[in-house]
Amino acid sequence: MSAIELDGIARSYGDRRALEDVTLTLDEGATLVVFGPNGAGKSTLLRILATLLRPSAGHARIFGHDVRTDGWRVRGAIGFLGHDALLYGDLTAQENLAYQARLYGLRGDAARNRIAQLLEAVGLEGRADDRVHTFSRGMVQRLAACRAVLHDPQVLLLDEPRANLDPVAAELLEPLLGRTSGRTRVITSHDPAGGLAEGDLALGLRAGRPALLRPASAVSAADIGELYR
Amino acid sequence: MSGAGLLGATRAILAKELLLERRAPQTIVAMALFSATTYVIFHFALQRDSIAGNLASGVLWVTVLLAAMLGIGRLFIADRDEGGLDGFLLAPVDRTALLAAKALTLFVFLLVLEAVAVPLFGILLLGPSPGAGGWAGVLLVLVLADLGIAVVGTLVAAIAVRTRSRDLITSILALPLLIPVVIGASRATADVFAATGAGSPGGRWLLVLALYDLVFALLAWALFDFLVED
Amino acid sequence: MPTSTRLYGTRLSAWAIATAIVLTAAFALAAFYAPIEADQGFSQKIFYVHVPLAIVTLIGFVYGGICGVQYLRSGDSRHDLRSYTAIHQALIFCLAALITGSIWAKAAWGQWWVWDEPTLVSFLIVFLLYCTYQPLRFSIEDPERQARYAAVFAVVAGAFIPLNFIAVRLADPLIHPRVLSKSGGNLPGEMKLTFYMAIVGMLLLFITLYKYEMTAKHGRAQLRALRRRLGTIDQEAPRGRSAAPSVNPS
Repeated sequence: MSAIELDGIARSYGDRRALEDVTLTLDEGATLVVFGPNGAGKSTLLRILATLLRPSAGHARIFGHDVRTDGWRVRGAIGFLGHDALLYGDLTAQENLAYQARLYGLRGDAARNRIAQLLEAVGLEGRADDRVHTFSRGMVQRLAACRAVLHDPQVLLLDEPRANLDPVAAELLEPLLGRTSGRTRVITSHDPAGGLAEGDLALGLRAGRPALLRPASAVSAADIGELYR
Repeated sequence: MSGAGLLGATRAILAKELLLERRAPQTIVAMALFSATTYVIFHFALQRDSIAGNLASGVLWVTVLLAAMLGIGRLFIADRDEGGLDGFLLAPVDRTALLAAKALTLFVFLLVLEAVAVPLFGILLLGPSPGAGGWAGVLLVLVLADLGIAVVGTLVAAIAVRTRSRDLITSILALPLLIPVVIGASRATADVFAATGAGSPGGRWLLVLALYDLVFALLAWALFDFLVED
Repeated sequence: MPTSTRLYGTRLSAWAIATAIVLTAAFALAAFYAPIEADQGFSQKIFYVHVPLAIVTLIGFVYGGICGVQYLRSGDSRHDLRSYTAIHQALIFCLAALITGSIWAKAAWGQWWVWDEPTLVSFLIVFLLYCTYQPLRFSIEDPERQARYAAVFAVVAGAFIPLNFIAVRLADPLIHPRVLSKSGGNLPGEMKLTFYMAIVGMLLLFITLYKYEMTAKHGRAQLRALRRRLGTIDQEAPRGRSAAPSVNPS
């Protein structure tokens, strides 16, 4: 079964069309990388897949579950990392993750162990009891990555996940968010070389319309540059 | 991952809200200070040292209502500023949990506020104290009115937080919707605060408040999903 | 999207003529046929304007709420437009009911406003609530969310009306003897006929104005769609932010 199926997905805000007629399938374990200038519809596509936004037309299925009618099942299978960290600044790292864990039905020792393991993986174990508003931007991003994979999702939706990270931090997150995590991934990117290296399938958006959809190996950095022209 | 049940999620959110308020007490402190200042203002505006009956009841409920507006205005602020709403919406959890938890949060805030503001009212402005039985009646009215304010307040806050002029929308929407609560609650406590000797809150006013709570709880339950999902 | 050339609301003139006939007849009956009421004299005749206005206001608000429910169930923007138009018109009727009520109060009791007339007080509160409908719509940019939140408002406010009426009615100590029961149940026959005629006339007036506003909205949307096809306006041109629902010209 393919992990993600998009069939004519579109979204408009009144007269303005943010996304038009995106159709594709993505195999389990594969990575879709989405390119396009700001406002091209990358975030809209990601938010539709995350069930945060209803598509105005078309169908999107994740492991066979429709995002519109079966959102509850979809939510259990996805991890989302967007521009906002979705963390409370006045709570500690530990408390933020514990709260999220409870929402996902993780409690007690299982939750504690999972949180400790994740904090260690991103090098924040020493800051577990510090409030998040004392964290640097990069540390917040690392904690946000922990939040996104807390429930071990099968699918990751990542909106420019490396935007605030130095190379060392990016390295740290690799086992959680990278190809080696074994998860099916949808990633948005502005970086042609890095993005193409990471993706199996490349989607290029221009003003909401799909302008390019090919295996990443058959796309050159110049093709991506064309989207921004 | 199947997610927490309705009850589990409600408790998780409520615990998070109370923890946030304990960590950085802003809302309740502001509400309490606001009430104390309002009593002082009423003292000078009415030019009275002590008040009783209708007047006392009215002053108490206007103060509670306006203090509640502060809490309503701030109910979803942390979620909006820090993306907590998306964090909740991403979880495989019934949306009603957010409504229930936020309404309970506001309800707790109001009770804590009143634990300070009502005794203060008794000391600063109220004429003869109504006695233990009278205060028990007041407590009953407070609980019923707070439930209504909490439910309607949560509904209005959820609408207002995603509009551009949040402060304006909160006040102009919540105040008319809460007029029946003020009618019921101030009538109910008027007899209790009467100078001629404490009565008990009239049964029909308790009934009006209970009916209001029930109708708006059902409405909020039916409509809340439409406010949080895009 | 194919643009229909059919004009919305072509029977507008029929409704307008019916309204003119029935309302004129009702006011003629009120002036010349219905008996002069013993206590209040001629000024009581405003009853035939005020009460029908109030009743039609309620019908308009309730219809707006029902369309709100239908919008939430279907997501069809036509229901949003109906809800918007009904509430918009009902708000105007509500203001007219308040003004005529105030005039009646002045004539009957010598004061422009009386707090112990529970219907009038209820209408003031309902008016204040529905006044927030436009500002609420205006403060939400995404048209789809604007419609959704407006529908939620329409439903909540519709349910608020009876609750509010109960609370205000109970709070009324009923000092004034109630000369007339507003249900019309114990009116003399001539008064009853006039009264019912006035209600029908007022309802027709509401329907005509409602259809007129709907026609105007559709006409504007059709014009816009035609212009777009002709290329005189840019497809992507931002439309001014509006509190009114967007209409699909079909």
